[in-house]
Amino acid sequence: MQRRTFVKRLALAATLAAGGFAIAPTTYAADTIKVGILHSLSGTMAISETVLKDVALMAIEEINATGGVLGKKIEPIVVDPASNWPLFAEKARQLITQDKVAAVFGCWTSVSRKSVLPVFEETNGLLFYPVQYEGEELSKNVFYTGAAPNQQAIPAVEYLMSKDGGGAKRWVLLGTDYVYPRTTNKILRAFLKSKGVAEKDIDEKYTPFGHSDYQTIVADIKKFSAGGKTAVVSTINGDSNVPFYKELGNQGLKATDVPVVAFSVGEEELRGVDTKPLVGHLAAWNYFMSLKNPANDAFKKKWADYAKAKKLPGADKPLTNDPMEATYIGIHMWKQAVEKAKTTDTDKVIAAMAGQKFTGPSGFEAKMDEKNHHLWKPVVIGEVQGNGQFNVVWKTKGPVRAQPWSQYIAGNETKKDEPEKK
Amino acid sequence: MAAWGIAACAFALPPEAVSHIAFGDNDAKLSAIDELVGRGDLSALPLLQGLLDGEVQTIGADRVLLVKGDTAVDAVSGQAVTPVPEGRDDVVVNNRLRRALATGIAALRLAAPEREVRLAAAKELRNSADDAALPAIAGALTKESDPEVRGLLALTQASIELASPDRATRIGAVRALAASDTGATKTLLTALLERRGNVYVEPDAEIRAAAERSLRAVDQRLLTGEILARIFSGISLGTILLLAALGLAITYGLMGVINLAHGELIMIGAYATYVVQNVFRLHAPAAFDLYPIVALPFAFAVSAGVGILLERTVICHLYGRPLETLLATWGLSLLLIQGVRTIFGAQNVQVENPNWMSGGFEIMTNVVLPWSRVVIIGFTACIVVALWLLLTRTRLGLFMRAVTQNRPMAGALGVRTPRVDMLAFGLGSGIAGLAGCALSQIGNVGPDLGQSYIVDSFMVVVLGGVGQLVGTVYAALGLGLVNKFIEAWQGAVLAKIAVLVFIIIFIQKRPQGLFALKGRTVEA
Repeated sequence: MQRRTFVKRLALAATLAAGGFAIAPTTYAADTIKVGILHSLSGTMAISETVLKDVALMAIEEINATGGVLGKKIEPIVVDPASNWPLFAEKARQLITQDKVAAVFGCWTSVSRKSVLPVFEETNGLLFYPVQYEGEELSKNVFYTGAAPNQQAIPAVEYLMSKDGGGAKRWVLLGTDYVYPRTTNKILRAFLKSKGVAEKDIDEKYTPFGHSDYQTIVADIKKFSAGGKTAVVSTINGDSNVPFYKELGNQGLKATDVPVVAFSVGEEELRGVDTKPLVGHLAAWNYFMSLKNPANDAFKKKWADYAKAKKLPGADKPLTNDPMEATYIGIHMWKQAVEKAKTTDTDKVIAAMAGQKFTGPSGFEAKMDEKNHHLWKPVVIGEVQGNGQFNVVWKTKGPVRAQPWSQYIAGNETKKDEPEKK
Repeated sequence: MAAWGIAACAFALPPEAVSHIAFGDNDAKLSAIDELVGRGDLSALPLLQGLLDGEVQTIGADRVLLVKGDTAVDAVSGQAVTPVPEGRDDVVVNNRLRRALATGIAALRLAAPEREVRLAAAKELRNSADDAALPAIAGALTKESDPEVRGLLALTQASIELASPDRATRIGAVRALAASDTGATKTLLTALLERRGNVYVEPDAEIRAAAERSLRAVDQRLLTGEILARIFSGISLGTILLLAALGLAITYGLMGVINLAHGELIMIGAYATYVVQNVFRLHAPAAFDLYPIVALPFAFAVSAGVGILLERTVICHLYGRPLETLLATWGLSLLLIQGVRTIFGAQNVQVENPNWMSGGFEIMTNVVLPWSRVVIIGFTACIVVALWLLLTRTRLGLFMRAVTQNRPMAGALGVRTPRVDMLAFGLGSGIAGLAGCALSQIGNVGPDLGQSYIVDSFMVVVLGGVGQLVGTVYAALGLGLVNKFIEAWQGAVLAKIAVLVFIIIFIQKRPQGLFALKGRTVEA
């Protein structure tokens, strides 16, 4: 076969294959408001993102059951960007320009958000981003319902420095190699230095996406920890967490010796991992499934019923987590804003979003900041239990305002705390 | 259960300390734990252990219970409480308390009659002991007869005594620490040798000299441990590469089929393991630990079956046309991925390790070999030996080699080449299935599992020399070791890049790979 024919066939096959992965939208009656759901349902991030798709569908079903928005039903359009960052941009464009969705709920990794950002700004779309992230961004077209660094990373490190957290003196900053861990670690490094931690007491390490062999890393952490009280800050994302925690358990590195605090590990990521060797490792979020309050009980029940009714994988052990809460809050706030604006027009909804309030499953009233497109959220730090749940060991008294521009990055003092209006 | 019995009949604990443990804040809890441990009274053990295991619960503002399953015992009096009352609250502990509890329990257990318990306690104390534990350690040392426990305790005592104001004690401690092999000792000794400005932290020159000698001994041992650990992790990574590549060494190496669906055959083996695991969990939870024994032949059979099906329906029509084979097998791999995604869902599935494959065993304090990896190394060695025997000692192996080297001649001599092709392809696929079964124990199992191994597999086979089993073995182990040593030095991301660059250069210089096939072969 000639080379050129071969290349052509290869390209043809690739197109066919890619086409096969798209999920056909369910058809609804004509008079609906469409929203897009943009989460990876396959690939390395599927472990985290699939449930966000499901909880979004649940929230939409819930809203539709009570009459929808502006008298119309919401029609969700689900696409699968397959943990493939450029595909996120393509799918986002398709949602906005072809399906004409009023808003998109989606993305997990910052690299996927960065790749869709130009699309949303160009087409004046509306994105609700439900995951904690590194800050350093403020777009008029995005609402950030996850935590900024001052609502997660900084309090977690402060806790580990405190007497109750173990008084850590040395720090391993371990992450997946992309923008979120790199930026978070840059902020944390500056923060640690401001607290008097010396350069030699900070060790920064990265692994590629999907990395599965953590022998060397864990051995190195062990060696580093011999030099004094050590804590590990993990920004490992996706399914790499499973082999990482397995290796920690197998090599006998216990939380009482070296606690690991993770920013992207919640109940869902620990599903099926034997957590008995991991008891005491920490996670910092704005919500845990184990929180005891009526709003959370109702949310958990709703989710368990929904998972059972839809026969979702894992319905026998329904779990809720922080980004699910953030997704749920995001959809409800969008609904409230649309009703306030009496239209789905992007600019009017953006204006109506300011100051929206919604009592989320965390039991606190989350408020969309009037200016900076971020939520006011409480911070909670939990320790892993033998049953895969988190036991809250520290929390803030109330919601904390987000600071997307961290004071620990030089040059941020002059940045405005609201998006540039175009 | 023995300790439980003791608790029930032992005399009461001080109610005040118990109440502090249950209702006080963390500082009150800590001092109460210290108090209980300081009494050196074994009857506090069940309460402390229960606190660690989350079995201590409270009722109202005064009663403290130890609840285990559906039995409850009053923590103060040790009397059984039946029936177990309702409305209980958990007593929550955090890492700080857990650390104190573990140390306290270990200090109490030093007096236990069983050697294993004392040894475990001594190991626990090694990492966490402080001044408070010194009397318990000194007391235990006077009674201890077992040399291993004694050794550990003496080291722990020495590392605490380094801070002693008495010069003779300090010198003794520094000298004793030469026998240690922990990184923590290194830190302690290095601290002695530090200077602040022009003044040494340790004013006594004799102690400094002793510390230097001890430090050298400890360093030597730490270095040995580190190198051992690196070699082990390199071999472990190497065997994983080898497992993934062995099947391909047959289908691509021996038969010349560029099989891009090889990774998916591994993935199918992993899913077969998952299915067997679920069947065991559902129907024979008692025998759950034995599921890998059933999963192995099942994974082999399923993957071999799928492989033979692919060979008979698609690949057998494409022999001698590498580009079409490449394209067809790539298409097949996409089909298989989508098929698995449709059946099992796009998310990863969880394959749980049986108990005997969890945890690890410690050969030095800084070298822990995880059981799962040790088992996989042994398993891979068995497959390689079995495969070698099959290829060199059996009739099928003879036919396979004959067909590989000279197909028309083998055919002319009466070998049914299509049948040999089918069996060889089935064998290669089956081994991929076994690889999947093993990989499911240490990595993630998802529809994309195969994609992450296919490139590595081809890399290993090409580097080793196409058509050579022994080349594949050397190449896999070599790549594993090189990768791990670079990772230790430059990080995981650069290690991966460095290995790829190395292979590109190597193949440029030596296209036939490490070992070239010698002899009279006929190109198909």
